[in-house]
Amino acid sequence: MAHLELDDVSAAYGTFQVLKGIDLSVARGETVGLVGPSGSGKSTILRVLTGLLPPSSGEVRVAGDVVDYSRASEIRRLRDRCAIVFQQYNLFQNLTVLENVTIAPTKIRGRKRAEVQPEAEALLARVGLSDKLGAYPDELSGGQQQRVAIARALCLKPEILLLDEVTAALDPELVSEVLDTIRGLAAEGMTMLIVSHEMGFIREISARVAFMAEGRVVELGSPADIFDNPQKERTRDFVGKILRH
Amino acid sequence: MELFDLLTYYNVLFLAQDALTTLALSAFGCVLGGILGTALAVVRLTRGKLTLPLRGLALVFTEFFRRVPFLVTLFLCFFAFQFGGLEVSTLTVGCVTVVLIGTAFLAEIVRAGLQSVHPNQWHAAEAMNFSLLQTIRYVILPQAWTVILPPAFGFFILFIKDSALASQIGVVELTYVGKVLNNRGFSAGVTFGTILVIYFAISFPLARLGAKLEKKLGSSRTR
Ligand SMILES: Nc1ncnc2c1ncn2[C@@H]1O[C@H](COP(=O)(O)OP(=O)(O)OP(=O)(O)O)[C@@H](O)[C@H]1O
Ligand SMILES: [Mg+2]
Repeated sequence: MAHLELDDVSAAYGTFQVLKGIDLSVARGETVGLVGPSGSGKSTILRVLTGLLPPSSGEVRVAGDVVDYSRASEIRRLRDRCAIVFQQYNLFQNLTVLENVTIAPTKIRGRKRAEVQPEAEALLARVGLSDKLGAYPDELSGGQQQRVAIARALCLKPEILLLDEVTAALDPELVSEVLDTIRGLAAEGMTMLIVSHEMGFIREISARVAFMAEGRVVELGSPADIFDNPQKERTRDFVGKILRH
Repeated sequence: MELFDLLTYYNVLFLAQDALTTLALSAFGCVLGGILGTALAVVRLTRGKLTLPLRGLALVFTEFFRRVPFLVTLFLCFFAFQFGGLEVSTLTVGCVTVVLIGTAFLAEIVRAGLQSVHPNQWHAAEAMNFSLLQTIRYVILPQAWTVILPPAFGFFILFIKDSALASQIGVVELTYVGKVLNNRGFSAGVTFGTILVIYFAISFPLARLGAKLEKKLGSSRTR
């Protein structure tokens, strides 16, 4: 059974149909890469999976459980299971690095501070930020903020990690820091859905890659299938452009 | 001289006390109005069908009491109490009025402040299962208060003038005139109705003029 499954999922912003019947699955411990041109709906899929945008039709299943988006309790459950790292980090500007990581576990989940804090510090140490615990987000570089956002997501102990363009806003020299962290997670068996423009990275880390265009999954296969031997015209087009850059 | 007659110890004391009352009245309106206004602002930020009627009420409330001139609201309150057959002091009427108006204005100031915080802060909190109130408490208000305080304070200053009007001429004069006319044999309804119309006719254009001037001054300052 797939850990995460989208079955003919459609979604719209108002009347603007963005997702037009997405079929996609991620097995437990698998890393799936999501690539495609800007505006194809990659971020929108992640918004659906964190309950920020309910689908207009179709089914989302987590470990076989169908998510009923009309019930607040099920959306809460979905959010407990899937954590997201946003492209723009979205760190809470009014909180320190440590507080950003601990606030949801303590204030929202009601766990003891004494229990959460060592975990948070360990996670921040893991992403190389032990010396920044008391810093505010606007005192950090993009790469540092990105890693705080990853630590914040991990401190929620999610089953599934959703990463949106985790490297897009970074300077090239910062990209490798973040990618190292993600490689580590993949090695530990975290289920991940990763959106990225970093084709080399997607290729290296993903078991399978989905190519999206205009709200549909056009082609799905191993990195080698998608990047070296695309079957569809649309995929060839995209991969050709990417590789030329 | 008349001025010296006026400035006797007791008269000065009386005036000072009056000024303090005015200040207290507007402070009361701003504090309680700030709390209720924040509640209204939060109501207006909710989504879903369940709170739709509440949202509508909040919208009508804020728009109404922000547009109606202070004096008219004062008299509306006054008549509402009369109509309800409630004997209340003029101070009570003043208190209710400043809270109604303070709530309406501060609700709008707070709402604008909350919405000035970047949407991605709301999204991040929502994705981590923060409720609306938790989001506002832990994430939004700490970032919004610097945006909220200056206009809230500006409102407080302007509000003092309005409250002064209320305590000086408003309720006192109105009751006085009403009593006199009553004694002459006019019915209360006709008397107060007439006064309401007269005050509305005077204060509404003045308030409009004030708003226009403020806009002009405001825009020239930003240029
Ligand atoms: N809040 C919104 N309201 C209306 N339309 C939106 C909203 N967010 C995104 N869209 C539109 O939905 C479409 C898909 O957006 P989405 O962000 O999912 O694309 P994407 O594949 O993530 O693109 P990118 O690679 O640029 O991040 C785009 O056409 C976008 O303009
Ligand atoms: Mg995107």
